[in-house]
Amino acid sequence: MVPLGLAVEHYVILAGVIFTLGAIGFLVRRNVLVQLMCIELMLNSVNLLLVAFNRVYPANMAGQIFAFFIIAVAAAEAAVGLAIVLAFYRLKGTVMSDEGDSLKL
Amino acid sequence: MNQVGSVFFVLMAALSLFGAIGTVSARNPIRSAVGLLLTIVGIAGLFLRLNAQFMGAIQLIVYAGAVVVLFVFVVMLLGPDASKVPAGPPKGWAARAFAGVLMAVFALGGGFLAFRARETLTPFVPVSPEHGSVELVGRELFTKMLVPFELATALLIVAVIGAIAVARAHVDQKAKAKPERLPPQKLFHGPLHPRDAGHPLVKERA
Repeated sequence: MVPLGLAVEHYVILAGVIFTLGAIGFLVRRNVLVQLMCIELMLNSVNLLLVAFNRVYPANMAGQIFAFFIIAVAAAEAAVGLAIVLAFYRLKGTVMSDEGDSLKL
Repeated sequence: MNQVGSVFFVLMAALSLFGAIGTVSARNPIRSAVGLLLTIVGIAGLFLRLNAQFMGAIQLIVYAGAVVVLFVFVVMLLGPDASKVPAGPPKGWAARAFAGVLMAVFALGGGFLAFRARETLTPFVPVSPEHGSVELVGRELFTKMLVPFELATALLIVAVIGAIAVARAHVDQKAKAKPERLPPQKLFHGPLHPRDAGHPLVKERA
């Protein structure tokens, strides 16, 4: 019996559950801010997975370096996404994503 | 030692799960942000359990210190009116509910198949204490990964400029135009002193 937290499967299960929660939240919620937070949840679960597999194959640091770059990209994504939310609110007066239907025929 | 580590793992996993559920289900966006913060702190703790001290520190600094604060800042800037649900039936609720249920079913099915495929766990092998330290990650980052690192800095500066350009208020340029300036002679009101009667203060233009 492997102690909890010392086998990669424990982390895979946890990351899968967090990713699924984030994906369901992104699909079901209407508030754009909450949708962006759900995207951050998904990115975080993938980071956890990369670091956990780096622990299984510790010969090089590829997993942790990759997670580092994902954190950088996530920060850039949050900044641009929130700027778009501000512009959207100025345009529509709400942050509900189903109000953004200007391209609909 | 392993018992302490297992208890730590269970605590941090429960914290991140609780935070994730809170993020998805909270009505108030501020509570969603706090749930995201709990998840981030829990995952930073799991990074420590995985011998990745540098990643844990970066996770706390960048996510808990910058991204969540940015979210809270925008939520407070927009105010409670922004998150008010507009009247009338929500558009596309059937499609959203269908997509959510489909995602849940796929995740459950994938988890079930994964459990059936593997029966033994893959335990971690012991690693050196330097694994995941700032020195090792930094050396890797500045030797093998130097070009991606520089590209990441370029990405961040472009993102900052783009965020400013998108979020800036577009003021009307005509309304901001300066008022017309009077010619210099008109700036002096009232009668001139008799001494200056023959000498205009400002010479007339030819």
